[in-house]
Amino acid sequence: MGALDLDYMLGLVPVLLRYLPLTLGMAAAAMVLALILAVILAVVRVLRLPLLDPLVQLFVSFFRGTPLLVQLFLFYYGLPQLVPAFAAITGVQAAIAGLTLHFAAYMAESLRGAILGVDRSQWEATQAIGMTQGQALRRIILPQAARIAAPSLLNSFIDMIKGTSLAFTLGVTEMMGAAQKEAAGSFRYFEAFLLVAVIYWVVTEALAALQRRLEIRLNRAFAR
Amino acid sequence: MIEIRGLTKRFGSLPVLSGIDLDIAPGERIVVIGPSGTGKSTLLRCINFLDRPDAGTIRIGDLQVDAAKASRAEILALRRRTGFVFQTYALFANRTAQGNIAEALLTVRRLPRAEALARADAILRDIGLSDKADAYPAALSGGQQQRVGIGRALALDAPLLLFDEPTSALDPEWVGEVLDLMRRIAEARQTMLIVTHEMQFAREIADRVLFMEGGRIVEQGPPSRIFDAPQDPRTREFLRRVR
Repeated sequence: MGALDLDYMLGLVPVLLRYLPLTLGMAAAAMVLALILAVILAVVRVLRLPLLDPLVQLFVSFFRGTPLLVQLFLFYYGLPQLVPAFAAITGVQAAIAGLTLHFAAYMAESLRGAILGVDRSQWEATQAIGMTQGQALRRIILPQAARIAAPSLLNSFIDMIKGTSLAFTLGVTEMMGAAQKEAAGSFRYFEAFLLVAVIYWVVTEALAALQRRLEIRLNRAFAR
Repeated sequence: MIEIRGLTKRFGSLPVLSGIDLDIAPGERIVVIGPSGTGKSTLLRCINFLDRPDAGTIRIGDLQVDAAKASRAEILALRRRTGFVFQTYALFANRTAQGNIAEALLTVRRLPRAEALARADAILRDIGLSDKADAYPAALSGGQQQRVGIGRALALDAPLLLFDEPTSALDPEWVGEVLDLMRRIAEARQTMLIVTHEMQFAREIADRVLFMEGGRIVEQGPPSRIFDAPQDPRTREFLRRVR
């Protein structure tokens, strides 16, 4: 023992990569849902909609103020006790729901800041030509806010990909769970978990590269 | 016919408009002059509710809006009957020149896309910017941006165009092209209400000049009278200073 068993690690690559689609799938599903939810939450906050605004503030406060792991346990292990119907949801579904709610809270705040960061004259111009508030948001304000929020939203996505590893604690066999099982048989914990770390690292670096290219593209309309 | 009655606006405890009454005949071109901070821009911004007036009524054609109880729908309707040109252009940063002009046609008028773009192209030709149709605002000069701003205000064929110091933010080299465009619009007898410090331009195109101070219309009349024989000492003092 002692030395790093590279051959073992290499052999494990295809085994763990088989679970990468599940990891990315959970992250992608949660990202799409979280984005939709975050846009709604941010708009409620920016327009200060009566009744809804305080609820959204409470939502954001709770999901930003408590650990993701605790939230996942609450949904998956806790809720079915209160609402038996929830017993039917799978670990994957619970993980996607938990990631969605948790990251929607963060992304809503990024988006809210970005919407407020769009120059006031842009709002005024939409009003001057007689656009409704909804049209203004959809066509002029949100697209510009998206550009401002893009870096932070992509950071959330990267956090989300890493967050999928917590699905392991809900009994989901994703990369982390698979590595755990493999290592339990071979006692090569270091190699197994190092490989998991490397795979996450490569994936998130690839996304960071994509992020840089996307930002250049988004800034195109604003460059002289 | 456009009728403004008792238009009043305060910012906090500061009165900015003190009961403005103004009738504008179809095709009339009115220039508003006066010292800074006397409510000229606020008058324009209250007419289309960019700033909500505290009291007063505005009638444009068959639409009458009472500031005290204006509904959201009434405010939208009022805005659709006015075009507004901003001092700082305020072009939509995520739309091309063509897109800026077409936006109101697509969203407010709900024209089919091809029709809206064709109409925008016609306006781009009018304002001499056909070659910039696909340029984003950031790639345009100040003068070009303001011409697109005017094109956007023209798109809805509104009965009243409001110009809020349209050349004040421009580098001197671009002022001429914007004034030339406004002159052409004026020659077509478009009803216009223009706040400007360009006195020579006012003299050329205005049917009537309003001198405002302290939130009131102090004096008004044809440009020859206001500029050559002002009656009120405040008008005389102001004109003496800007000359």
